[in-house]
Amino acid sequence: MTAFLIIIVLALLAITFWQISKVYKLSKPSGDDGVIANDKDNQKQAKLMLLFMVFFYGLIIYSFWYLSRFYLPEASSDHGSSYDQLMFISIGVIMVVQVVTQALLFYFAYKYKGKKGKRALFFADNNTLEFVWTIIPVIVLAGLIIYGLVAWTNIMNPSEDEETLVVEIYAYQFDWRARYAGEDKVLGKANVRFIEGVNQLGVDETDEYGKDDIIVNELHLPVGKQVKFKFRSQDVLHSAYFPFFRSQMNVVPGMITEFSFTPTTTSKEIKNSEYMREKVKRINEIRDERSIELEQKGKMGLDEYEFEYYLLCNKICGVTHYNMQMKIVVEEEEDFNKWMEEQQTFGELLAKQ
Amino acid sequence: MSVAATTAHSNNHSEAHAHHHHEQSFIEKYIFSTDHKMIAKQYLITGLIMGFIGIAMSLLMRLQLAWPDTEFWIYEALLGKFGEGGVMDPSIYLALVTIHGTIMVFFVLTAGLSGTFSNLLIPLQIGARDMASGFLNMLSYWLFFLSSCIMISSLFVEAGPASAGWTVYPPLSALPQAIGGSGMGMTLWLVSMTIFIASSLLGSLNYIVTVLNLRTEGMSMTRLPLTVWAFFVTAIIGVVSFPVLLSAGLLLLMDRSFGTSFFLSDIYIQGEVLAHQGGSPVLYEHLFWFLGHPEVYIVLLPALGITSEVIATNARKPIFGYRAMVASILAIAFLSTVVWGHHMFVSGMNPFLGSVFTFTTLLIAIPSAVKAFNYITTLWKGNLQFNPAMLFSIGLVSTFITGGLTGIILGDSTLDINVHDTYFVVAHFHLVMGISALYGLFAGVYHWFPKMFGRMMNKNLGYVHFWVTAVGAYGVFFPMHFIGMAGLPRRYYTNTAFPYFDDLSDTNVLISVFAFVTAAAQIVFIYNFISSIFYGKKATQNPWNATTLEWTAPVEHIHGNWYGELPKVYRWSYDYSKLNADESDYIIAGQDYVPQNVPLQEGEEELNH
Repeated sequence: MTAFLIIIVLALLAITFWQISKVYKLSKPSGDDGVIANDKDNQKQAKLMLLFMVFFYGLIIYSFWYLSRFYLPEASSDHGSSYDQLMFISIGVIMVVQVVTQALLFYFAYKYKGKKGKRALFFADNNTLEFVWTIIPVIVLAGLIIYGLVAWTNIMNPSEDEETLVVEIYAYQFDWRARYAGEDKVLGKANVRFIEGVNQLGVDETDEYGKDDIIVNELHLPVGKQVKFKFRSQDVLHSAYFPFFRSQMNVVPGMITEFSFTPTTTSKEIKNSEYMREKVKRINEIRDERSIELEQKGKMGLDEYEFEYYLLCNKICGVTHYNMQMKIVVEEEEDFNKWMEEQQTFGELLAKQ
Repeated sequence: MSVAATTAHSNNHSEAHAHHHHEQSFIEKYIFSTDHKMIAKQYLITGLIMGFIGIAMSLLMRLQLAWPDTEFWIYEALLGKFGEGGVMDPSIYLALVTIHGTIMVFFVLTAGLSGTFSNLLIPLQIGARDMASGFLNMLSYWLFFLSSCIMISSLFVEAGPASAGWTVYPPLSALPQAIGGSGMGMTLWLVSMTIFIASSLLGSLNYIVTVLNLRTEGMSMTRLPLTVWAFFVTAIIGVVSFPVLLSAGLLLLMDRSFGTSFFLSDIYIQGEVLAHQGGSPVLYEHLFWFLGHPEVYIVLLPALGITSEVIATNARKPIFGYRAMVASILAIAFLSTVVWGHHMFVSGMNPFLGSVFTFTTLLIAIPSAVKAFNYITTLWKGNLQFNPAMLFSIGLVSTFITGGLTGIILGDSTLDINVHDTYFVVAHFHLVMGISALYGLFAGVYHWFPKMFGRMMNKNLGYVHFWVTAVGAYGVFFPMHFIGMAGLPRRYYTNTAFPYFDDLSDTNVLISVFAFVTAAAQIVFIYNFISSIFYGKKATQNPWNATTLEWTAPVEHIHGNWYGELPKVYRWSYDYSKLNADESDYIIAGQDYVPQNVPLQEGEEELNH
């Protein structure tokens, strides 16, 4: 891959320099006036139009063939599969339109290249045509809109039951915390004005509901159980982006935003999926290569990579925005419960002080 | 009725001028000029200089993204203390992101594109002596110039320029504690934008009044070239939406300086609880995007207008579906003011609103599709003259389609969830508004260069410029969709904090190389532009054999645009290749175009477009 890239890079640079070196020659008009296209130019540019079309379709094919391996793996959440399906259909629709219209555009440009004495068709209007290409987008878009809105309504208005796990995701420059509601399943009141000492999240110490809350810096989720996230920010806007779960919500200081989803794939399962094994292998090959380079320069090599779900910040939030992440572990419910029992509650944290 | 009266008035005015020849001093002619043609050139050159800075910034970003661990002396040379030892500081990366966006959107594509061509073409194409108010027009340019200077000066502030993204969302933009750039740099940003908005409003009001009142005799609204329609509607959108940005900016200024809490609430930063209570950043997002989205069309419509004109002229065919084109401009303009919420699907806004905005957003695809189909049909059975302006116009149609289609993904609230703020968005808006509008700008410059400078640009350099740019621009932005689909967030200083993104690094290198090549091609343009101003071949009066009125004006720039009386208009602006009654020859024998000031010929029917 690297070699291939280097070849492309060199070829492109060569073409650039070659073209630029011709600048002087080109700027001296030879024969014609050098300012208005003549038949010869029309011929040549028309051919370039076709050539460009080949390049463009080549780029599209290359991208779908090679770059599409970077697509996120299948969604690890319940609603995610309907998301993926809608995305697949939408991309299909737009690619059909793309391929057809671009082909027409460049083919017409080639076919109807100018020639002295040629007569263009005086064709100013046609209501039928206008009607047809107004109504077709209307129908296609109506389909996409209805499909999209049904999915949107389902995602944003999930039916909740008593089993729903409530988790607060707390964002600050530049890290995340998660707060579980504890046994009473109710989050204690909180406000930044209560922040003091170990009480980093500003939980109201007098609120009984808060005593059993559990605050952690690694998000654990039981598989197959609906989780309702409530987002709170301490300082600026952040965005809680869970790419593998097809979920994202901004975290806004002064208000609580929400998003619910049900994780369907455990961390273990996704690590063992064919997609992820291949991806991790590829990444580790790259990292090994880089480590060798780094070590030659006397620097530390890179660690071996193992995939873990993560949550990242996706709204510009300050200098270290690029590294605001939290590990997510999706596990079987019993493992989750075991892990939960090991964590100390907010009340215990205060008592220790 | 009133049109005729005003025209008569301006006729008298110009005759009065003709009698006593008015000597202009250097300052009056080149600096504080009230002549729309000079102001257009001032806008263009200022816009190009700003564009140079904006593009240079994007190259620094691409350098950082492609080789995040490599030291480059250029950082230290250009960024000073923010690039010490050849390592780019993360805070200056965000500043580059912010100022690149601001400069390109407002200073290059709003002022540089719409300012240049609205000024140049509105009076010339409607047959007016000048803008309705030359003085306001001059003021508009100088306010723009002042705001450009302030924006550039903000780059030299101790703590760095504004760095909260071009959308400058509070609280990040409101609190200097949150990021260095939100101190003096942000204040200058707000002052600069305030002045810019004033400039834009003066300009827009002038354009609207001029189009409505100063059309020459016979120039009904339905005979206007599509360029003028586009500039006219653009100006209206500007007047409707820019004041809202001003209000957002003023409220932000008050939050920053006077302790109000419009956008701030419950904030604990740097070990301190702030007194602000009760505001909402989401309110700011609403206000910002109420301008921010129409802004996309403020940028794009003039480019589409220019394309309509250039494609028709060079295809030697009338633009297909004139009325549909006007209707779609109006529909786009109307819809553009009711879709802003699609930038806020995951902002915490009520999900029901998200549904409404999905609906309105996808509606806007319909007039856009009509425009694209009409352009393609205009090419069909044409006699295409591949002048550089024509190439850029075809390029525009291509990028407009490619970029517009991904809007269907992003405008769908459901699909937006997972691609929001990723590189998919970056790819989308750069293609649909950035590259498309730049192509429109280039098309305009190549096409109307003879009108501006009385000389022609070199076509061969134009070809090199176009093809390298066309290949490069797709090379940069097409692969970007795919790294966006990999969940790569935009505005990340480096992706190395996430090993998951390690295998995207080759693609990032590829994108950067394309970016450098594309930028190099712009040097060819600058060379062509400058050398043609001084040494270009002298232009003839109507080099492209076009029908519109600006080509009936003399090549040399005169005060009042036409010697003697203003031209009268007898037909629409697209009588290309129209045949006479027995279809034996064109309307005017041997000439495939009929200028708008030529009366209907014997036996000729005026089509009711």
